[in-house]
Amino acid sequence: MNSKINLTLWLGVVLVSILLIIMIVGLFYVPYGVNDMNITDRLKAPGSAHLLGTDNFGRDILSRVMEGARTAFAVGFVAVSIGVIGGFIIGSLAGYVGRWVDEVLMRAIDALMAFPGILLALILVAIYKPSLFQTMIAIGVLSIPTFARIIRSGFLQYKEAEFVKAAKGLGASHARLIVTHIFPNILSSIIVAASLSFSTAILIEAALSYLGLGVQPPDPSWGRMLNESQSYISKAPWYTLAPGIFITLTVLGFNLLGDGIRDLRDRRK
Amino acid sequence: MNILYLTRRILTLLLTVFFVVLLSFAAFRIIPGNPALAILGMEASPGQVAELQAKLGANLPLFEQFLNWIKGIVTLDFGESIRFSEPVLDMIVSRLPVTFSLAVISLSITLVIAVPLGILAARARGRVMDLIISIGTQLGLAVPSFWTGILLILIFGLTLKWFSISQFVPWSKDPWLAFKSLLLPATAVAIPQIAIVVRYLRTTMLEQLNLDYVRTAYSKGLKESNIYFKHVLKNALIPVITVVGMNFGEILAGSLVVEQVFTLPGFGRLLITAISNRDYPLIQGMVVLIAFIVITLNFVVDLSYRWLDPKIRLK
Repeated sequence: MNSKINLTLWLGVVLVSILLIIMIVGLFYVPYGVNDMNITDRLKAPGSAHLLGTDNFGRDILSRVMEGARTAFAVGFVAVSIGVIGGFIIGSLAGYVGRWVDEVLMRAIDALMAFPGILLALILVAIYKPSLFQTMIAIGVLSIPTFARIIRSGFLQYKEAEFVKAAKGLGASHARLIVTHIFPNILSSIIVAASLSFSTAILIEAALSYLGLGVQPPDPSWGRMLNESQSYISKAPWYTLAPGIFITLTVLGFNLLGDGIRDLRDRRK
Repeated sequence: MNILYLTRRILTLLLTVFFVVLLSFAAFRIIPGNPALAILGMEASPGQVAELQAKLGANLPLFEQFLNWIKGIVTLDFGESIRFSEPVLDMIVSRLPVTFSLAVISLSITLVIAVPLGILAARARGRVMDLIISIGTQLGLAVPSFWTGILLILIFGLTLKWFSISQFVPWSKDPWLAFKSLLLPATAVAIPQIAIVVRYLRTTMLEQLNLDYVRTAYSKGLKESNIYFKHVLKNALIPVITVVGMNFGEILAGSLVVEQVFTLPGFGRLLITAISNRDYPLIQGMVVLIAFIVITLNFVVDLSYRWLDPKIRLK
């Protein structure tokens, strides 16, 4: 069991690092301009000039996939941050204060969760115009319930713990109890959830952009590439493979990372 | 069942429903600027805008609008679609069979494939088969279902030509063709669900296998297959049912996107059309309906879970 846990974590770290490197390299260097069209090079199969081939406008797929990584990571990062901050505010209030505050906040969270995954994002996009910024906010909002629940149950668990009671007895303030005594104990759960939510964020961004309701041109996105590739699947299967494989590997990487950290933590306990 | 629990559960259900009603109302009142203007676009004449505003009821006081919204939900009157000038409820109901059958077929595929795989993984714990299944489930969780859909079209539709990738055939016309046209999309929706259920079932099976009653069963000489299927699986499946039920919303959400890949005339297509047209009454009606379906289902699952598990039922 020991080796398998390490393997999960290891694979996750390696995958995420490789994709991070690709994303960072893409900030400074891409083989071709992402919007450079070359009609004579339309739908070229992967080869030495274009490692992953070209799309229907003769644009280099590798360059576009590299730029798409930036969008995916940006959406993941901003969305998870919104989720953690929003979830912390709601979850800690509900768990720490308890009583009717808990009841009202948790029912509000239940109501949010009644709009499954992408639906909530779709509602928000329907209200505002779809854009990169809009997509980040929408996915961030829909990841709040997960964090709120985890943080709430952490607070419920540690609020009555001996060491917290002791600190309280010594006259520690509420802020001190929360920040220095309770928070460090639930940090590992938050990190695990953050890693898994990162995956969800990337999947939902891809789906929204695929539907044409997420990231808009000229911002590059894997999801939109998949949408554009669908008309050419029999002529140019490599076009649909590249962004799809990148989405899968990124999601896989963050899932493995999250699972690996969780196993590590469970074993320590 | 415990009456006190049931009352409490119904009260929290009502509170959640209230929040859903409030949220679905508030979300569409915070539309920046004038909703009528947002729908019609900048070229609209003031007369057109005023007319649409009156139709949307947007010129009434906020509280009155909210009361009308509640009244509409209670009487199942969600107003009229702006784009199609048809009652919202009729439009939704006409699209339900496609999405609903898609969800039911994916659910069936999920259970038929995931339960044996979950048992297999638990039995082979730590061995090669377990590793292979766990790699499979990790991949299943990572692949976006709409991309799976595209790949299925590429492999089974265009290359092997087992399925014709064309329009959806209604059940009333030809049930077999209708089923066939839903099979690939249902598979695409099912794959992440299979992964979830396999992982979950493997865990609950392993938990059960560690319990005393299993050791007792072994020591009194019961056959392994008997122990697995008569005792362990029965206990391990109870939490799995909860997960599957709670995930029905996710299956529905997955269908929304996958319908678009296969151009199926279901809920998802209607919602995307509504969003692209900024058809607010239609969007609002669909959103509330989906949320109600999810809440009701979770409620039923929660109660049946308590009823299925004698440990909780008899408390």
